[in-house]
Amino acid sequence: MLADKDRIFTNLYGFQDWGLKAAEARGDWDDTKSLIARGHDNIIEEIKASGLRGRGGAGFPTGLKWSFMPKESKDGRPSFLVINADESEPGSCKDREIIRHDPHKLIEGALVAGYAMRARAAYIYIRGEYIREAETLQAAIDEAYDAGLIGKNASKSGYDFDVFLHRGAGAYICGEETAMIESLEGKKGQPRLKPPFPAGAGLYGCPTTVNNVESIAVVPTILRRGASWFASFGRENNKGTKLFQISGHVNKPCVVEEALSIPFSELIEKHCGGIIGGKDNLLAVIPGGSSVPLVPAEQIWDAPMDFDGLKDLGSGLGTAGVIVMDKSTDIVRAISRLSYFYKHESCGQCTPCREGTGWMWRMMERLRTGDAAIEEIDMLQQVTKQVEGHTICALGDAAAWPIQGLIRHFRPELERRIEEHNAKFAEAAE
Amino acid sequence: MADRNPAPDTPELRERWGAFEFNESYRARADKAIARYPEGRQRSAVMPLLDLAQRQVGEETDTQGWLPLPVIEYVADYLDMPVIRVLEVASFYFMYNMVPVGKYHVQVCGTTPCMLRGSDGLFETCKKRGMKKGHVSEDGLWTLTEVECMGNCATAPMVQINDDNYEDLTPERLDEILDELAAGKQPKTGTQIAGKKTSEPEGGPTTLKEMVDANHDYRGEWK
Repeated sequence: MLADKDRIFTNLYGFQDWGLKAAEARGDWDDTKSLIARGHDNIIEEIKASGLRGRGGAGFPTGLKWSFMPKESKDGRPSFLVINADESEPGSCKDREIIRHDPHKLIEGALVAGYAMRARAAYIYIRGEYIREAETLQAAIDEAYDAGLIGKNASKSGYDFDVFLHRGAGAYICGEETAMIESLEGKKGQPRLKPPFPAGAGLYGCPTTVNNVESIAVVPTILRRGASWFASFGRENNKGTKLFQISGHVNKPCVVEEALSIPFSELIEKHCGGIIGGKDNLLAVIPGGSSVPLVPAEQIWDAPMDFDGLKDLGSGLGTAGVIVMDKSTDIVRAISRLSYFYKHESCGQCTPCREGTGWMWRMMERLRTGDAAIEEIDMLQQVTKQVEGHTICALGDAAAWPIQGLIRHFRPELERRIEEHNAKFAEAAE
Repeated sequence: MADRNPAPDTPELRERWGAFEFNESYRARADKAIARYPEGRQRSAVMPLLDLAQRQVGEETDTQGWLPLPVIEYVADYLDMPVIRVLEVASFYFMYNMVPVGKYHVQVCGTTPCMLRGSDGLFETCKKRGMKKGHVSEDGLWTLTEVECMGNCATAPMVQINDDNYEDLTPERLDEILDELAAGKQPKTGTQIAGKKTSEPEGGPTTLKEMVDANHDYRGEWK
């Protein structure tokens, strides 16, 4: 188990005050000036060396992403850092804990990361439903301004850097980086075609990097303790510590920071009081937020919880929002409810997704009751393949994958329901 | 996509809301929001301004608030934007109410993590009290909405009522909370499990135990 001294988010549960004084006593804003004095490229190299991969779901190497930003502005356009706090993926609830209990880690990280990528300001895009969380974060930003930590000559570093908070208003799609930029510009959150990539033309047409809250909030600690410290946790290519969020059928659902690559069983037994009804009662797990395919019990139990380990199981780490389902679960309904989610959240821009998500959900509802023909399982599979990869953003993929996972692992259950339903009708007809 | 249409543009609507403008306090907040964006990019403030407008409408009607067409036009005018661009934003984002709602907007999360922890029972509780999805109750007190994942999955099931979250709910506890609200009281927000702080495991954290009683500084243990 990760030692407490190696946890980054020490006030994760909010037992202590989130305010500046308490945060400083925990080690935040400790000589931030000297972190900045290391220079833009040194910071980027250190983050690259730490092996930090984006914590928002896709797992793209954070340092590498920053290095795509222009080193100088040839035409006077400023650069921006946009921090993605639009945490809306079902199963995910980690950024909320950072924002309401350790907001200064995020603000300090914004300054250091923003400096490294030569950004003029950071916009933190927080989901609209995090109302109290946004109040806390804004208060923390105000504290940081008043103390001279951000703003003109931020932390006496000679660098000017602003941090602004922007509240969303209830649209899952705004977690997609280009939709977030559209939304920040005051439009509907509909994703943009890429290229151009945000690092070339993002917010207001300026070079922009979009990073997840957790990716940014860990940066100051990585710099203070060194890349090798961070890289000492987890397997190769899966380095560092991570906030896991365990929901569903465990005895004690919780959010906890652990080393990447921790086995699923250890995560559940040590922190969550085990599966409800014991290990044998486990049915399946959605290991990385609703967008990734489910993994059946026998495959997940000993699996390392990291990017590659879960990819090997045909799933993914995503946000590390672990949704646990025991044998009492109506698995078809659980996935169908996710299909409804994607139908509800489709932005309507691309036809395969706008029409496909509704079609897939209606089909899933019929499969739930068994009111379907056996061939329709394959038809559904085909339709998911027609949506996947045929849309501007990944929401279409995200809607397709849970269904594909269900068909892959629970086809007999789908067939059983259809047969049972048909038998009932045959009986009634006699 | 969610179906969202503005309330019909009637003479009564014009009569009631045609003269809407931000009061002093809301105007100050609106101007502060606009200042967060670069010169010439004031349109970025359309989301905060719609939120503020909805809140002021809420105060004036003793509800959570909503966005009548004349109010949307006012925001468009305030930001020098075409009305359709503002209407587009208002109807795209789910938190803007396009029709009137009750004093308390009971938003029950129904997505899978909450469903697994018993959100069905929470809907039952609401139904038993006469609430119907998408409708304002006769006494004007409640509007029930099924919402998508609110990001409280480790403390599911949960309900957001206006600005506050109620987590780790049971149907009985939700019933009590609704009683308290109806009686004009402020129920305890956050987790409803006694002795639990936030999203730590029930019964006490398995990690960072020193943090429970004191603001522990772990730096001394770094090597």
